[in-house]
Amino acid sequence: MKRLMIGMFFLLLVGQLFAAAPLPGDSVYQFDAKLTDQSGQTWPWSSRQGRVQLVTMFYTSCTMVCPMIVDTMKLTEKAVDEPARDHLDLLMVSFDPERDTVAALHDYAAKRKLTSPHWTLARTEPAEVRQLAALLGLQYRELPNGDFNHSSELILLDAEGRILARTNIIGRIDPAFVEEVRKALGAS
Amino acid sequence: MGKLSILLFGMLLAGPAVAANYAPLPGGTFKSVLPADGKAAPAEIAAFQMRTELVTNAEFLAFVNAHPQWRRDQVPAIFADRRYLSHWAGPATLGEDVLPDQPVTRVSWFAAQAFCESEQARLPTWYEWEYAAAADSQRTDARGDPQWRESVLAWYGRPANTPLPTVGGAPDVYGVRDLNGLVWEWVSDFNALLVGADSRDQDGADKMKFCGAGALSMQQKENYATLMRVAMLSSLKASDTVTTMGFRCARSP
Repeated sequence: MKRLMIGMFFLLLVGQLFAAAPLPGDSVYQFDAKLTDQSGQTWPWSSRQGRVQLVTMFYTSCTMVCPMIVDTMKLTEKAVDEPARDHLDLLMVSFDPERDTVAALHDYAAKRKLTSPHWTLARTEPAEVRQLAALLGLQYRELPNGDFNHSSELILLDAEGRILARTNIIGRIDPAFVEEVRKALGAS
Repeated sequence: MGKLSILLFGMLLAGPAVAANYAPLPGGTFKSVLPADGKAAPAEIAAFQMRTELVTNAEFLAFVNAHPQWRRDQVPAIFADRRYLSHWAGPATLGEDVLPDQPVTRVSWFAAQAFCESEQARLPTWYEWEYAAAADSQRTDARGDPQWRESVLAWYGRPANTPLPTVGGAPDVYGVRDLNGLVWEWVSDFNALLVGADSRDQDGADKMKFCGAGALSMQQKENYATLMRVAMLSSLKASDTVTTMGFRCARSP
């Protein structure tokens, strides 16, 4: 019996090493979608796993509070010291796939100096935007004039896609949220 | 007992006995409790089809049998909370207290959406739902009638511990049943309703909560019953399940 147990334990260990561990049930990467980034590459949403992510949703033609979301992403990133900062990825997904083409995302990234590989601006198919927002707990509404109303939040995902923390403090740093980011990166 | 279960199993194998009925609704300009622009604009609704009946326990059981990833013992937690289908006796059994033709409840938005996809449909939008639910047996829009509003509101006073009635109430002018008076219902854009914690406070705390025009202000204060639906939907997460919340599906023609 004991030998069997040890054998099984060993098998488990080997399994962990050689097979990708199954995703946790509360991982956002359980959701199946394809995203296309500012360089025109298309990849599965679940391919973001493996790295800690700061995620938000936005749209490039927004002229109101939204540019401050990018500022807040930048401030939060800078608040994490090197070398931990190097392990943080930042992802912004558009609410507006109609107008946010690859070219629009590319231009926006250049204008706001959001450099790859750390920063990713992405679009998805229109049918998937609402599901992705629902998955992340974000609300949005398209207005008749083409603008969007939307919740402004930054969401912290661990490497396996679990939501660790979120903040709706925009325009300045949220110290509690930054602490969570540092913790997720093993920097505090 | 053995014979009965064989018979039941046979019925299951035979598959869904009848395909769900969908009734055509013409669409048009509709004055919603939620102005399209957040101020006063009416909603523009394209013609669509609405499932005449709510999805029942029996129909949802057939769905989880065909798509085991939606069984309560297999669904990932990100898609449905712990109370998902918890009133059923087992992951694939209704049990004695759950009637096959009661509306299914305790389903998440993700699960409801997956069900609708399985019958080549989708969840209705909030505007479609509100527009359909404004009808009674005689009129396409009964909302101006205080008596009608009173009758809709009466449901909200029903004690929550009484068992859910079965589907199949009286049809409205389109042939759709049970939109009012049975359960809350999911809509596809439940996360587009953007209602602030207090929508009287338009320029206050909610200004920063939503980028853009801020929280929507709800109109038609006399229409409490509908406003309660909006408040309920906008407070939910997509994985939440609620004891008295079910759904039906819709199709674009």
